[in-house]
Formats: sequence, C-alpha cells, structure tokens
Amino acid sequence: MLDKEAIAKRIAQEIQNNSYVNLGIGIPTLVANYIPKNIQVCFQSENGLLGMGPFPREIEVDADLINAGKQTITMLPGAAIFDSAMSFGMIHAQKIDLTILGAMEVSENGDIANWKIPGKMVKGMGGAMDLVASAKNIIVAMQHVNKAGESKLLQACTLPLTGIRCVKKIVTELAVLAVLPEGGFKLLERAPGVSVEAIKKATLGKLIIEGQIPEMSFD
Amino acid sequence: MINKKVANAEEAINDIKDGDTLMLGGFGLCGIPEKCIAALVSKGIKNLTCISNNAGVDDFGIGLMLQQKQVKKMVSSYVGENAEFERQLLSGELDVELIPQGTLAFRCMAAGYGMPAIFTPAGIGTEVAIGKEVRNFNGKDYLLEKAFEANFAIVKAWKGDTAGNLIFKATSRNFNTVMAMAGRITIAEVEELVEPGELDPNQIHVPGIYVHRIFKGSDYEKRIEKKTTSI
Repeated sequence: MLDKEAIAKRIAQEIQNNSYVNLGIGIPTLVANYIPKNIQVCFQSENGLLGMGPFPREIEVDADLINAGKQTITMLPGAAIFDSAMSFGMIHAQKIDLTILGAMEVSENGDIANWKIPGKMVKGMGGAMDLVASAKNIIVAMQHVNKAGESKLLQACTLPLTGIRCVKKIVTELAVLAVLPEGGFKLLERAPGVSVEAIKKATLGKLIIEGQIPEMSFD
Repeated sequence: MINKKVANAEEAINDIKDGDTLMLGGFGLCGIPEKCIAALVSKGIKNLTCISNNAGVDDFGIGLMLQQKQVKKMVSSYVGENAEFERQLLSGELDVELIPQGTLAFRCMAAGYGMPAIFTPAGIGTEVAIGKEVRNFNGKDYLLEKAFEANFAIVKAWKGDTAGNLIFKATSRNFNTVMAMAGRITIAEVEELVEPGELDPNQIHVPGIYVHRIFKGSDYEKRIEKKTTSI
C-alpha cells in the first residue's frame, strides 16, 4: 500500500518530456518533487503563471507571488505571468498536456466528482471544471476508498459532477488503473504487496483484469 | 492626458450605494484592493453583490465585508477557508453562485471586449449547466455564458499613472486586468502613482481608457494566506 508521497512518485513517472502540466491541490502538488532528472517539464498555475518553481526560502517570500493553492512560490528562469482569462484560454485551447488532480469519486466512464458534498462541504470548483473539460490527459490521484471505507471507483458518481468522460488514469494507494473509452477500470499495476483480490474488494465499478498484473516499480 | 486621480479610497467609492454590483480583483488575498475594501466597510454600504474569485478570509479581504453583513450575494469560484462565509451560506443569509474559474474570467473578459457572451465547455454535464443554452461545435458541447454587468470594478495594481494606465506585479495580476476592463466605473488603487510619461507604454497591462478613478494606497498589509517555505 502506498503513502501519499509514493502515489505522487508513481504519477511522476507518467510525465512526458517537454510537457506543460497543471497540478491540483493535495497529492498532485507533491508530484513536482519526483520529476525524473532527464525530464523537462513546465508547471502551470492557473492563477496566472507558467514556470512555477519550488517554495521560496524565507527571504524570498513575496505576497504577490502565489500558486493556485494560495501558497507562496517562486518562478524559474523563463517563467511567464499572465491574467486569469489568458490562463484559462491556454487551458481551453488545450495547450496544457497533462492535468493531475484529486477526486472524491470517479466513475467507470471517466466522470469525476471533486467539488461539493451537498449539505456538508461547499467550497467551490475553482478551476477544476475548466481543467477537466479541456485537458488532453487527466490523471487522478486519490485514495481508493473514502474515510468510511467505501469505494471511490464507482459505476456512476453519487456526488455532484465536476466533469464527464474525462479521466484517463487513476493512481491510488492500491493500484494504477486506466479508464477505458468504452467504460471500465482496467487494472494496470498493483502497489507492492497488494493483491488483485484486495483491489477487487475496494473497487465498486467495473474492474477489468487481463492476465498477470505487475507490481509498480520505483527505481 | 485625462486625469483620473482621486485623493483616496473614500473619494473613489463615494457613489457606490446599497444594492450595487461590484467586481473585486484578486486571487485569494493576492492582489486584492484592500484600501477600497476598508473604505466600503467603514462606509457600511449594504446588500452588495460581489463578483470575486474568492471571499477573503474571516478577518481580511471580502471577509471583512461579510462580518458586517454587507454582502447579499457572492459570485465566486472558490470560497473555502472562511468560516463566517460558510455560516452565512448554510444559514441562508447569503446567496452564493459558484461558477467555474475560467467562466468567471471569460465573463469579465467578454464585458471588457464588448462581447455579450462566450461559449465554454466548463460545466457541461454538471449542475452548472442547468438552465443554460448548450451549443455543439465540431462535435463538442459548450455552454453559453453571458458577460457580467457590474456597476463598479475595483482593482489593485502595482504601478499606475494619473491617466489610469496600470501595471501589475507577479501573480497579483490574476483577475485584476479583466475586471478593470469590465466595470461600468473602474476604480484602481495602486502602490505607486506617477505622472503620465513615467511608465513605459510597452509595459502597460491595462490602458487608462478602462480606468475611471485611480489613487495611491499606503501601508499595504498584503497578507499571505498560506506562507510556504522550503527548508
């Protein structure tokens, strides 16, 4: 079973060389720490920055320079600043190659719910509805089951949707799964020491298992 | 050059009245017009509709206006991290319209460009789409979203001149440029106010035609919501 850092580390392996990537809040933010040395990647923050760098040292902290999670950050050489309209312009024009975000639920046809629990949590969708509506590739980083022990990989989402038929891949503490265009979660990899049976038990939606399922490798 | 300079925040907001619709620039607490917010709080104007990406925190930004129950309706994309906001929302005192962040930006942009509406795929298949016109272009569905109409837009810039030209610093640009362009009356507060000719025309982010009033604010607090440092 993977911890949050290991989920982020596994997702980092998905990042292609020379790509523009938007990272959501939570586990996705951690992905930036595990980019392989030989990979060139440019991070977009939807509040208006391309070329986001690491968190600043104390003396570098600038109230005018934050990421979409409102954290203070830095800019790398070659960074660019723009306004919110241009930021979502480049998102909808599909200039961003990969979006990595968290989810409360994902359905077997790739629907995602991550912004609202009616009567309990009303924080808003932020930029998530824009990102999932237009991203070329969407990877979800999340726990396989919720705090109540219920599967978050469902036949159909029960929570208000953020977007439809958009998630391509899911990485959880148990497994890596692809969402197939025709529907269904195809099991690609198991976390070290996790059995196919355990993944079956934790997955409520249609799970497709073909042949031997390899363990994830971290080298 | 047409002189847009006013003395201070009080003068800039003097004709904002109960029931007006305001746009307020900023993302989180970054680039918010803190001087105008303070003036709106001390003037006690009520029943405001505020279009702003966020609603501040409990004791800063729009949160200060919420504390005084000056806001009737918020139009925002993300409103977490504000306990008073959540209390007013759950008790029904406050009306809230949550919309995708890009839609918020594009509806401002449309107003600033004189376009009545835009099409966006954000929200297709979700509750955001309820009651809205859907059009299909090249096999993909888009929602029709209308340009905002706001009596006032209030923005915060880094530098400005008395002709109303504005320059922003780093990610405090965010919604400030598109909102500056979208207000019927646009008020800009700036950290540095200079005479025409002192700003490089090549570096202007918002041309002064969009700005009706400008003043220099002093002693900016620029509170940081989530200070994060590397060790």
